[in-house]
Amino acid sequence: MSWSNEQMADEIIRFFKPHSSVNLGIGMPTIIAERIPAKLNIMIHSENGVLGVSGRPKKENVSPTLINAGKETIAIGAGASYFDSALSFGMIRGGHIDYCVLGGMEVDAERSLANWMVPGKKVTGMGGAMDLVNGSKQVIIMMNHFSKDGIAKLLKKCVLPLTGKEVVDIVVTEFGIFKPTGTQFKIIKLANGISISDLKIEENLLEKDQK
Amino acid sequence: MKNIEVKDFPKVYQDAHSALSDLKSGMTLMSGGFGLCGIAENCIDALTLIDVKDLTVISNNIGNSGRGLVKILVQDKIKKAYCSYVGGNPDLETRMLNKQIVVELVPQGTFSERIRAAGLGIRAFYTPTGYGTLIAEGKDVKIFDRPCILETALHADFAIIKAQKGDTFGNLWFKETARNFSPLMAMAAKITVVEVEELVECGEIPPEDIHLPGIFVQRIFQGSNYKNDIEFLAIQKES
Repeated sequence: MSWSNEQMADEIIRFFKPHSSVNLGIGMPTIIAERIPAKLNIMIHSENGVLGVSGRPKKENVSPTLINAGKETIAIGAGASYFDSALSFGMIRGGHIDYCVLGGMEVDAERSLANWMVPGKKVTGMGGAMDLVNGSKQVIIMMNHFSKDGIAKLLKKCVLPLTGKEVVDIVVTEFGIFKPTGTQFKIIKLANGISISDLKIEENLLEKDQK
Repeated sequence: MKNIEVKDFPKVYQDAHSALSDLKSGMTLMSGGFGLCGIAENCIDALTLIDVKDLTVISNNIGNSGRGLVKILVQDKIKKAYCSYVGGNPDLETRMLNKQIVVELVPQGTFSERIRAAGLGIRAFYTPTGYGTLIAEGKDVKIFDRPCILETALHADFAIIKAQKGDTFGNLWFKETARNFSPLMAMAAKITVVEVEELVECGEIPPEDIHLPGIFVQRIFQGSNYKNDIEFLAIQKES
C-alpha cells in the first residue's frame, strides 16, 4: 500500500531533530506544519518573514497580515519573530535553517532538483526554492512518485530546467524514502507492500545490496 | 488626518496622487508586499489613473486575480517586470507567453539581496543560489567553498510601500509579516513613497520599535479604505 500524504509527512517528520528549524515549501509539504508533535519544539520558518509558525489560526485570530509563503493565513507560537525578506533569506543562505521540504517535478541520481518551470507550458517561477536548496543544511523533496504521464519522477538526469544542482539529500514519495548518491538512488525505506518493480525506476539506477 | 497638517512637514503628502505626481513613463518602480500582503493599495489605485507607460516594475509578485499590480498590468503599463513568482497570476502568464511583457525571474533570496545591496551601496555580490541553473547563464562564476554566481544591485526611481504605522519623519513600523520586501525597497529607491494606516507624530513610535528609519523615506501619507485582502484563508478545523 502506498503512503497517504499524511503518512509521507510523518515519515519526513522522523528526520527532524528536536529543537531544529524547518522551512516548508508551497503545496504538498504544507501539511507537515500541522503534524509536527509539539514536544519536538521545531521552529517553522516561512521565507516571507516569520520564524515560529504554529499551523492554522483559529477563526477569530485570522489576520490578513499574518501569512506563510503560500499566502495562507497562519498562527504563530511562543518565541516567534518577524523580519524582512533579506534577513529571512540570510537565515536560509547563511546555513541557519536545518531542513527544507520542497515539492518536486523531477529529482535525479546526481542530487539535482527541477521544480519551477516546464518550458513553453508552465512557468510558476522559483520563488525561494533556489535559495532554499542551496542554503538549507538538509534538503528533503516530498513529491508524488509518478508524473501525470505515469513516468517515475526519480531520473538518471533531470530533463526540466534545474532548481538546484547537486543539492538534494532525501526524496520521499508515496512509495518510499530514497537517497540520491550521485550516480544512483539508495532505497532507505519502502512503504509496506511496495516492491522494487512498483517503483518503475531503471534497475541500474537503484543501488544494490540493500539492507 | 488627525492633528497633522501636511504643510508643516516636508515629507508628508495629502494622498497617493500628489505623492506620485512626478512619476514618468519609462521609470523603474519597486512595489512592496508579498502576494497581496502589505501592498501599497492606495498607490496602486492611483497608478491606474496616472497616464504612464513602459514602466519597469520590481515586485515579488505582480498581483493576483485582478488585485494588486494586476490592475496596472492589465492596463499594459508594465514593459518589464522583475519578480520571483508568477504562479496563480493568469493575466501575467498570458502576457509572458504572448511576449507582451518581459519578465526576469529572480530567485527570491537573490531578489531581496539585490534590492538590499542597492540601498546599502553594495554594487554586486557572489551567491551559490542559482548556480548550475538557467539563472546563471551569462553570469560570472567564481569558486569559493563552492561555485557562486555574480549578482548585481537592483535600483529604482520610485518605491511604493505600505506600513502599518509611520511618523512625519518617515520612521516606519510594520505589522506581522507585512514587512517582507518593503524596508529593502525603501532603501533602494531614489524616491520612496510610503502609505500608512496610521500617520503619527514623531516620538509616538518608540525608537527601539522602528523597523525602518525615516532617512530612507522621502514621502509619506495617511492612506484610506484598506481592503487588506486575504489570498488563501486557512483556519483550524473545529474539533
